[in-house]
Amino acid sequence: MALAHLTSSSRSNLLKPLATVLSYTDSFRRPISTSTDPLTIETSVPFTSHKCEPPSRSVETTPQELISFFRDMATMRRMEIAADSLYKAKLIRGFCHLYDGQEAVAVGMEAAITKKDCIITAYRDHCTFVGRGGTLLEVFSELMGRQAGCSNGKGGSMHFYRKDAGFYGGHGIVGAQVPLGCGLAFAQKYSKGETVTFALYGDGAANQGQLFEALNISALWDLPVILICENNHYGMGTAEWRASKSPAYYKRGDYVPGLKVDGMDALAVKQACKFAKEHVLRNGPIILEMDTYRYHGHSMSDPGSTYRTRDEISGVRQERDPIERIRKVILAHDLATEKELKDFEKEIRKEVDQAIAQAKESPMPEPSELFANVYVKGLGTEAFGADRKEVRAVLP
Amino acid sequence: MASCLRRYGRRLSVSICEKRELSTACEGKVIQQQQQQQQQQTAKLLNLCSAINQALHLALETDPRSYVFGEDVSFGGVFRCTTGLTERFGKNRVFNTPLCEQGIVGFGIGLAAMGNRAIAEIQFADYIYPAFDQIVNEAAKFRYRSGNQYDCGGLTIRAPYGAVGHGGHYHSQSPEAFFCHVPGIKVVIPRSPQQAKGLLLSCIRDPNPVVFFEPKWLYRLAVEEVPEHDYMLPLSEAEVIREGSDITLVGWGAQLSIMEQACTDAEKDGISCELIDLKTLIPWDKETVETSVRKTGRLLISHEAPVTGGFGAEISASIVERCFLRLEAPVARVCGLDTPFPLVFEPFYMPTKNKILDAIKSTVNY
Repeated sequence: MALAHLTSSSRSNLLKPLATVLSYTDSFRRPISTSTDPLTIETSVPFTSHKCEPPSRSVETTPQELISFFRDMATMRRMEIAADSLYKAKLIRGFCHLYDGQEAVAVGMEAAITKKDCIITAYRDHCTFVGRGGTLLEVFSELMGRQAGCSNGKGGSMHFYRKDAGFYGGHGIVGAQVPLGCGLAFAQKYSKGETVTFALYGDGAANQGQLFEALNISALWDLPVILICENNHYGMGTAEWRASKSPAYYKRGDYVPGLKVDGMDALAVKQACKFAKEHVLRNGPIILEMDTYRYHGHSMSDPGSTYRTRDEISGVRQERDPIERIRKVILAHDLATEKELKDFEKEIRKEVDQAIAQAKESPMPEPSELFANVYVKGLGTEAFGADRKEVRAVLP
Repeated sequence: MASCLRRYGRRLSVSICEKRELSTACEGKVIQQQQQQQQQQTAKLLNLCSAINQALHLALETDPRSYVFGEDVSFGGVFRCTTGLTERFGKNRVFNTPLCEQGIVGFGIGLAAMGNRAIAEIQFADYIYPAFDQIVNEAAKFRYRSGNQYDCGGLTIRAPYGAVGHGGHYHSQSPEAFFCHVPGIKVVIPRSPQQAKGLLLSCIRDPNPVVFFEPKWLYRLAVEEVPEHDYMLPLSEAEVIREGSDITLVGWGAQLSIMEQACTDAEKDGISCELIDLKTLIPWDKETVETSVRKTGRLLISHEAPVTGGFGAEISASIVERCFLRLEAPVARVCGLDTPFPLVFEPFYMPTKNKILDAIKSTVNY
């Protein structure tokens, strides 16, 4: 896609006053979005480390990657906002935990790894699932409990999984996914495939005992697991300083090295995850603390404003929004025009609306699904259906 | 005989039985209340979470060494059961804990072992499992293994349980059966606001550790006249809430309202049902249920938890032991299905009114 104005701005001095400090090594402007020429961008916030050498602030990226960051994050943002409306329209029931504001973590992490690496996270998993290759149709169908959903409509918002992409979910119980993630890493170490596991948890879960148990075992056995604490500063309604004696979650590992990362900067996240992957394949576990923020409340039943001020939320939205940051970088490097980015957003909106319409047409699961997959080969126990006389199911 | 079948009326009445000893340490207070109750019988329409809130206010008021803690209780809690407590009693007595159930209960046991009343809240009963070890191995056995030197009787654990219409796997579970298998703790489940206030105050003042499950579906839905004063309802006493002669139904918590609807429908077909609210699951009131089954000859138990290994199995086995020759039909259990609590399939999973009605008819026509 050639840009008309490229020819007029081939002079190299394009440093515009921006919040981020930019420098780039390539003065040739190529067509956007397909270019894979390397671009080096510095993160605005340096990494803070605990018991290890922090990676460099200069991140290698390409215009294609930056555009894809923008698209992916904009898709995730649009998806979460659409889920909000669907919930309020009572098409989604149950619990719905939205990720908007934290998209940079999902997107940056994906950029640093392959689909053979495993990711496991808690219940705020819609965007992580999309990052792993999940489609919008699967997301919305699962949220509405339909057959086209990734878990056949049986899991709901908190239980998204994708086996062929190594996405292990999707867990409702806080902190329970961390020992599981360490187990995945254990298996990976055995298979010698040079793959790693990313076990994500929140600042609320950071105080769970099972986390420390898992950390000890991982460090003892040198497991290739990267524990990522998505610190959005609130464990549901409790601010981190009320819940944790030490809110420096990257230091909590004590004998396990840690890194604090600006979680609203997709490039910083990518750099940190790349560094972490190389680190754990040699040295055993590492903790990454992603300093991030969620705009919505904990879940759809939480207004999100009883424990924090609206000024705080809008302040973060103005200063640190991940999508706006990437937009600024793209525009500063002339990788696309404002109009093109807005066109992307319009396209995405349409895609999301289409996916919702398709998902609405998907049927609910069959009643027999209620009994499916409890066991593989069961005891042959009996269960009664809605009418005791008619439906006497023998559990498969 | 100490068992008393009490009439249930929807008017103001403080149902404290004078024949049986209250299992609390505050009997003097009860007598005083009975005298007071003649004077002040004011009551207000309250829902379940307000009734529990009132009970907590009274508990903290009457005992300066009682504490309420749990996740997010300070601002009122996710169900608003703890509103106003921090403002009234201060941050030293009503405080938030970090997200660690095992820590919360363990900490509560320690607090109770020093003679305080620790009222711990577990945000949803589905999250109580990390604390299971502490409850079963520490709380339940403390008095026993120390030869009565130490105890954690002041511990009360409150947890919202049960289906709520859209809770899915982890916001709808009914784990009461796991705890009923542990001698040393009590498990209490109220059915309505007026019951909840009295039972919760009894649990808090009971000298044994208690797990108090609150049916979350009823938090806003159930509204009743609740007396404003301090009153306690006895533990380990079941209540006959509807008299009948053809079949006995036993249940607890939110399920009772479903069973009551089934009883009303059965009445139209000429079947007279007796409905019993068990209230305390362990130690449970075997005498009341036995007396009722001796009268009717049939028993049906209903609960939301899965049928296999649910508490209905214990009731069934005990009653069969006691009333074998009197029974006219096998004991029926209309319970949740043996699957994880489903999301979309909740209406299929639940023991609905029609399932119960069907079971009533087939039992009566056996």
